[in-house]
Amino acid sequence: MGGHLNINHLMFLGQGALWTIGLSLIALIGGGIVGFVVALARISPLKSVRIASAVYVQLIQGTPLLVILFLGYFGLAAIGLKVSPLVAAGASLTLYVAAYLGEIWRGCIQSVPKPQWEAAEGLALSRTQRMIKVILPQAIRIATPPTVGFMVQIIKNTSLASVVGFVELMRSGQIVNNSLFEPFAIYAIIAVTYFAMCYPLSLLSQRLEQRMGRGRANLAPA
Amino acid sequence: MSLQLDFPAVLERWPSFLAGAVLTLELAAFATVLGALLGTLAAVGRGTHNALIAGACKAYVETIRNTPLLVQIFLVYFGLASLGLKFSAFAVAVAALTINVGAYTAEIMRAGFEAIPRGQIEAAEGLALSRLQIYWHIILLPAIEKVYPALTSQFVLLMLASSVCSQISAEELTAVANYIQSDTYRAFETYIIVAVLYVILSLVMRAGFWGLGLLLFPRRRRLGTPL
Repeated sequence: MGGHLNINHLMFLGQGALWTIGLSLIALIGGGIVGFVVALARISPLKSVRIASAVYVQLIQGTPLLVILFLGYFGLAAIGLKVSPLVAAGASLTLYVAAYLGEIWRGCIQSVPKPQWEAAEGLALSRTQRMIKVILPQAIRIATPPTVGFMVQIIKNTSLASVVGFVELMRSGQIVNNSLFEPFAIYAIIAVTYFAMCYPLSLLSQRLEQRMGRGRANLAPA
Repeated sequence: MSLQLDFPAVLERWPSFLAGAVLTLELAAFATVLGALLGTLAAVGRGTHNALIAGACKAYVETIRNTPLLVQIFLVYFGLASLGLKFSAFAVAVAALTINVGAYTAEIMRAGFEAIPRGQIEAAEGLALSRLQIYWHIILLPAIEKVYPALTSQFVLLMLASSVCSQISAEELTAVANYIQSDTYRAFETYIIVAVLYVILSLVMRAGFWGLGLLLFPRRRRLGTPL
């Protein structure tokens, strides 16, 4: 490489952008699965489970993602596992996303009106049945706008995976910059690319929120 | 699989950790104050009838909220350099964090402004309060009181996000950790200690904001509503 920004550089950046999307999906799916368990654990009838999950959330939410990434990268190495940056970044992001999504979803589950629980109990449904048949279908509706909004945070945060050597959009930009040294132009291109990925999701989240608001207003007694 | 941790080898560098933690708090304090001002201005700007100002404020908020902080920091760092301006890494870090948190603060403040009932402003007009008095007593202070919990969470997140400033070698906590781990070859221990320090810093900040809230909003304390 070298010289001016050419098609090869742009191809390389495009490849990085695809890895950003890939890592975001890994973080969303992994974090979603663990986060769902965290959300249920936070409202568990067992006090010890509630406390353990609360401590997990507090620890993750009190630590910068950058430090969690370093812990994942060096921690897995310290217990003798030789891992690729993809595995380290994927695992760290999963733990991080799970704590935040878990809290978001707990809020959504708890915002299902209390009489719904009581009615389901009155119908003699078990706790599991109440959860699956009555509460979760309503909670998923409430949870959709904030979850789409949180996707934006996930995409932006994958940029930090560049520090453990994972070649996503940010890292590919740094590599291109090392040969061209036109940092301002290159980081501006990177910023525009992130914006193009995130802004549609932001708009979608806003629109979903408005639609939900309207739905609620229609349901409200006159 | 064998895990051998040697904390004493890393902990003997405690003065460096302490200096890094202090710098992290300084970064957060500067960016919190400046970001609160910038964000409030942007929120007011978005609410004005002047389409140009409102549009510019919206563009600022949306651009910042949809791009990563890491990219913003590099853009400020190299942008200032390409203008021929030379600043310390600390000043660049404060500028980038301020621009970043300003956008989030603007959205929170806007929600606060929108929560002020129209009737309150009309009542104040009826009492012949001046525009400035209305803005201060009827709009700004009650709005801040309403969104205080969201605002303070945002500032704790800002403190955590300041770890990204290690990438432009501002000597804050994460940068100190990077240096210590490359010097001692004890990476895992170093980052465990740093993680604990960040958790302590965020608890300290939360406690501080809670206390400040009690001082600032005595009405809330009397009513016993949770902050």
